[in-house]
Amino acid sequence: MRAIAVFLLLAIFPLVMQAMDNLFYVSFASRVLIYAIAATSLNLVLGYGGMVSFGHAAFFGGGAFVVGILAVEGLRSAWIAWPIAIAVAALAALVIGALSLRTRGVYFIMITLAFAQMIYYIFVSLKSYGGDDGLQMPGRSTLGFGTLGNDLVWYYVVLCILAAVLYAMHRLVHSRFGRVIAAIRENEARAEAIGFPVYRYQLLCFVIAGGIGGLAGALIANQSSYVSPSLLHWIQSGTLMIMVILGGVGTLWGGVIGAAVLLGLEHLIADYRIAWLAKLAPNYQDHAGLAVGIVLLTIVMLAPEGISGFFGRRRHA
Amino acid sequence: MLELRGVSKRFGGVVATDDVTLEVTRGEVHALIGPNGAGKTTLIGQIAGVLATESGRIIFNGADITRQPAHARVAAGLARSYQITSIFRRFSVLDNLALAVQARSGTSFHFWRPVLAERALFDQARAIAGEIGLSTRIDAVAATLAHGEQRALEVGLALATQPQLVLLDEPMAGMGPEDSQAMIALIAKMRERVTVLLVEHDMDAVFRLANRISVLVNGRVIATGAPAQIRADPEVRRAYLGEELAA
Amino acid sequence: MPAILLLEQSLNGLQFGLMLFLLAAGLTLVFGIMDMINLAHGSLYMIGAYFMASFAQMTGSFWLGLPLALAATAIVGALLEMSLLRRLYGRDHLTQVLATFAIILIANEVVRIAWGSQPMMLNTPAELAGPVTLPGGMQYASYRLVIIAVGAVVAVLLYLLVTKTRVGMLVRAGASNREMAVAMGVNIRRLFTAVFALGAALCALAGAMLGPILAVQVGMGENILILAFVVIVIGGIGSIRGAFVGSLLVGVVDTSGRAFLPLFFGVFLPPQLASAAGPAVASVLIYLLMAVVLYFRPQGLFPARG
Repeated sequence: MRAIAVFLLLAIFPLVMQAMDNLFYVSFASRVLIYAIAATSLNLVLGYGGMVSFGHAAFFGGGAFVVGILAVEGLRSAWIAWPIAIAVAALAALVIGALSLRTRGVYFIMITLAFAQMIYYIFVSLKSYGGDDGLQMPGRSTLGFGTLGNDLVWYYVVLCILAAVLYAMHRLVHSRFGRVIAAIRENEARAEAIGFPVYRYQLLCFVIAGGIGGLAGALIANQSSYVSPSLLHWIQSGTLMIMVILGGVGTLWGGVIGAAVLLGLEHLIADYRIAWLAKLAPNYQDHAGLAVGIVLLTIVMLAPEGISGFFGRRRHA
Repeated sequence: MLELRGVSKRFGGVVATDDVTLEVTRGEVHALIGPNGAGKTTLIGQIAGVLATESGRIIFNGADITRQPAHARVAAGLARSYQITSIFRRFSVLDNLALAVQARSGTSFHFWRPVLAERALFDQARAIAGEIGLSTRIDAVAATLAHGEQRALEVGLALATQPQLVLLDEPMAGMGPEDSQAMIALIAKMRERVTVLLVEHDMDAVFRLANRISVLVNGRVIATGAPAQIRADPEVRRAYLGEELAA
Repeated sequence: MPAILLLEQSLNGLQFGLMLFLLAAGLTLVFGIMDMINLAHGSLYMIGAYFMASFAQMTGSFWLGLPLALAATAIVGALLEMSLLRRLYGRDHLTQVLATFAIILIANEVVRIAWGSQPMMLNTPAELAGPVTLPGGMQYASYRLVIIAVGAVVAVLLYLLVTKTRVGMLVRAGASNREMAVAMGVNIRRLFTAVFALGAALCALAGAMLGPILAVQVGMGENILILAFVVIVIGGIGSIRGAFVGSLLVGVVDTSGRAFLPLFFGVFLPPQLASAAGPAVASVLIYLLMAVVLYFRPQGLFPARG
């Protein structure tokens, strides 16, 4: 199967890098994989669930802050801190979802955005945990054996988690629950009319996605042992959405592809000087955001049925 | 089986249904007719639970369901088909029906086992497809079906939830003569198992199928009775039938 | 609590609220009439502030720079609408969100390229630099008073425009029922472009007037945009009246919250906690307000449609 091939490649890759004595890319890759997990969790609620949540950064950044705060307070065990991050994110998703899912359409988008901003402001005002400057952690979480401080080990841990998340998504999408979610996305009124309590299914989907987002957050905090408040900002929510769109709304690998493409593109522009471009605009590399914006705009404008048209791209069993 | 007592609905200043009192007995086909804008679809919406009912009572099998949400009413045995086709367009016919079967077979808060492994679901879906005459189109994507086929699927979705009472909202809307005959045959077969509340403009179908007819004009029920009675009722003729029969 | 403090905060709240109204009005019109979520609205605010800073510097006068900035931003807005945004009308909201989000990213970078990454200098006009003595003996910054005056005048003008003129009637018709407006033979395209340009000019006015008080820097649009969205959700999409009430509500609640909550907490919480909890809860206050309003009125206070 294709998936196995991809994972084999991903598994061998760091060993190759190590042989080439270039560990920067291993660290870069683990960062991409973490964002892949975050984008995949958003894809669950946005792509499969059809719920345009503009506040996913709340769960991603929230999970990161939980791990960061616990670490600073002395609780550094991954076995405890990470599940707590997932639980807190899922709980936040429960509360936010319960309130937001009473609304529809643009109100839903706005209210999820607003709630996420609320959480952003709460964390930023916690001066004792970094406030505006972010939270520096004493180091990566501890496992009780070995060390996550080794970038190679860290990469494999992240890779395993990504594999588990993707597999779980695969099972979820093809399960009864997944079918109902897809049906709700396709025709919410009829789904209710044939007997599905739509609100409950949407809420659960939202909570699951939030929890996985929190897991990704726990990982991103560990990636650089630093938690930036920008992880909670709505621009971050937008960035995750861009990844989902780039990679493929409502597809299993959409989050992975999107994260790889976006982060790869940013890296290429910032770190590789294109000579002729540099002659035209000497410091074009400071403006990677422009390229991202233009690429995104082009895709969105040219998409034939709009982004929602991509929803139907997956073949249903 | 179904009892409406003084059911009303207003939209702002407009009264859509006005003190409607009606009952549907078990096993009958009860037709609801009336001019456009009489409030028939609004009433169906209220019975189905999609529209809130502020005054009046809706009683189903002895239980007051006035405040029950739509999905709960389906679980209680009430199903509805739409006047404007509302199916899962990007799903196949099989998947459409399987979904409705799934809704009635236990909880769907299952996250691991693939649905495709549940043969029973799909067998039942195939059976229903056969009943509604879509066996040959079972793998077609719903959006590619012809209008008549989509209307059949529309009704099939309601049937697949194994209801006791089915609300059919103009099942023959936009259909040609052949498709209409097929739909009439379908409803005739259906009545052996379910009670039907049928909203229709096609008088041929109404008079062939209905045990009783209620006439709704301007949101009020102006007459209820056997078809022959209704046909002869002067008020009904004046308000509605006159136009239909003269034509 | 001294009455002066109360008055001062009320005035600050009024000032902020009126400026917020300038943004919210444009946003709610575009949303109500063209059914388009425009995240780039904050970028127009930013561009307006930058134009203002440049023109004020070039002409050496705040008051000469202002109309120039308004005109320039209106032109940018109109061009943006004609080239890109009109293609988004009728598309689903997600597409609009993503497209206008992309425009934010592009606008931020373009501004950074054109004006550099450092915040721009924009000073209050010299004649308004000092305080004014209000009846009752209180001192208040004269510039802030001018902001309030400008905001109030514009609000009145907008109200007259929308309720008393033919154009305004078309706008209101479009907000409540677009198809009808088209059916009535209104030249929709020009109307839309005009509405958008007007919205852009209002953004520029807010940006230009707030520039001396808040910083003129890249990304300044994002923070205020969120508030504008909260305002129109509270006020009701498509309603100018709703935007007005919503802005004042948000402006006053936010400003008072920031000023008084720390004091309020200080009464029964230890100072350490009060100084942390105060700003945190204050930031959250308007979102709570929005949640409460939506709970009782899911369509906002004055929904323009149905």
